[in-house]
Amino acid sequence: MLNDWIFIGVFLILAPIFPAAALLIPRLIAPRKPNPLKTETYECGIETYGETRVQFKAQYYIFALVFLIFDIEVVFLYPWAVAFDQLPMFAVLEGVLFILILVAGLLYTWRKGVLEWA
Amino acid sequence: MSDPVNSISEWLRTILSGWGLSEGLITVILAVLGVVILATIVLVVDIMLVWIERKMVARFQDRLGPNRVGPFGIIQPIADVIKLLIKEDILPDGADRFIFNIAPIFALATVLLLWAVVPFAPTIIGADINVAVLYIVAIGSIGTLAIIMAGWASNNKYALLGAFRTVALLIAYEVPMVIALLVPVLLARSMGMQTIVAAQSPWYIFVVPLAALILFVSSIAELGRTPFDISEAESEIVAGFHIEYTGMKFGLFYAGELLHALTVSALIATLFLGGWRGPFVDQVPILGPVYLFIKAFLVYYLIMWVRYSFPRIRIDQMLGFNWKFLTPLALFLLVVVAILDKAMVGVSQVQYVLVMLGANLLIVWGTVIILRTYARVERKRVGEERAVAIAPESDLADLVGQE
Repeated sequence: MLNDWIFIGVFLILAPIFPAAALLIPRLIAPRKPNPLKTETYECGIETYGETRVQFKAQYYIFALVFLIFDIEVVFLYPWAVAFDQLPMFAVLEGVLFILILVAGLLYTWRKGVLEWA
Repeated sequence: MSDPVNSISEWLRTILSGWGLSEGLITVILAVLGVVILATIVLVVDIMLVWIERKMVARFQDRLGPNRVGPFGIIQPIADVIKLLIKEDILPDGADRFIFNIAPIFALATVLLLWAVVPFAPTIIGADINVAVLYIVAIGSIGTLAIIMAGWASNNKYALLGAFRTVALLIAYEVPMVIALLVPVLLARSMGMQTIVAAQSPWYIFVVPLAALILFVSSIAELGRTPFDISEAESEIVAGFHIEYTGMKFGLFYAGELLHALTVSALIATLFLGGWRGPFVDQVPILGPVYLFIKAFLVYYLIMWVRYSFPRIRIDQMLGFNWKFLTPLALFLLVVVAILDKAMVGVSQVQYVLVMLGANLLIVWGTVIILRTYARVERKRVGEERAVAIAPESDLADLVGQE
């Protein structure tokens, strides 16, 4: 068990090295002659106008909130699924009830119009 | 007959302990070796994927595809890599240099990391951890982070738009994906990949086909492939998040995307198509990887087929499809599977599989009926006459008169 986690740890350290090495080679052999025209932001030939990192539609924020609720729900459900053999029918129905409460939440957000992209 | 990987590892272990190294150090050295070999194999397969993908898309579009470099153009990807390596790497004005540089590294590294938990044979697996499914979900979402980083750091409005769209897309399709992953976990009572594969008799696609379908659809969305490729929609935002990337950095995004598709295929094959299971695999463990890759490429072929057959859908349609259709469906399926599984304690396996399969098909049938009703209502609504603003006729006449 511990060996497996050592493998994951080593992989976590080594995995970025492969792509990083692929980026190092062009540093050594590729030409590097930047000029103001070349490094200009590419927007289909049109000159870029104003600030790029602007504030954006808050609709994304509400979707993210709904996502957060469901993601946390599923994290709770994983132990429930793994321990399924030890659970009596009652505990299973309890889990189902937990899901249904969240479905009710989803229906509520649906009725509230959160899920509309407008 | 033991498999070669483990016998070589045992042999190395004896040699290293003969040198007087401590047990912990040997484990780390062997892990490093394992990681390097695994990653190298995966990256070589990745380079070949470029050729497979280009050849397939050519066939789908009635073209020949690469056929000049080597037999059947098979050395084409090598030529591509050399070209990308010697291309100038441009850092656009106003870009966030650090994040701009590490985003492509993230994009490929996270996909590589997923291969740590893919089981290749009964005894060959990178790390048989007991939370492998959660690991997949966790590492898989870091790939999203790479796209957001790339879009944000590029200092380009198209890139930023692509990144924003990716966020909305990926946080949406993560939900049905995770719920669909929960179904095999529930059936196998474990999150470990080896346990899930060992529990699959018959394969889970014959027990819960609907879960496999939901996972397949949401995985395509997670990959950002057509019909869900709004994050790099060429005709709208040019190339989306990687618009400013050149040379090898672009190459890493490209390689990461292709490899991600194969990785997801391998995971679907492991979770629903029995992974390394196949005839004679118990006697000859080395057949396991062969079966796994055959199944993975089958799923990969399906992903390509979908990619080159469907048009891109709009972002509002896509989010509606997820939140109003896929998520409720996945939750409903989970509830049905959980209750049926508990209710069928002690029945024979054949009965169990038949009831599960029947329940799945019943849900599909009900869903199709609901969808058909919805489509009818929607067609009526769209077909209704609406007030449309038209310029008065006199103005038009004036304009024509002035010409």
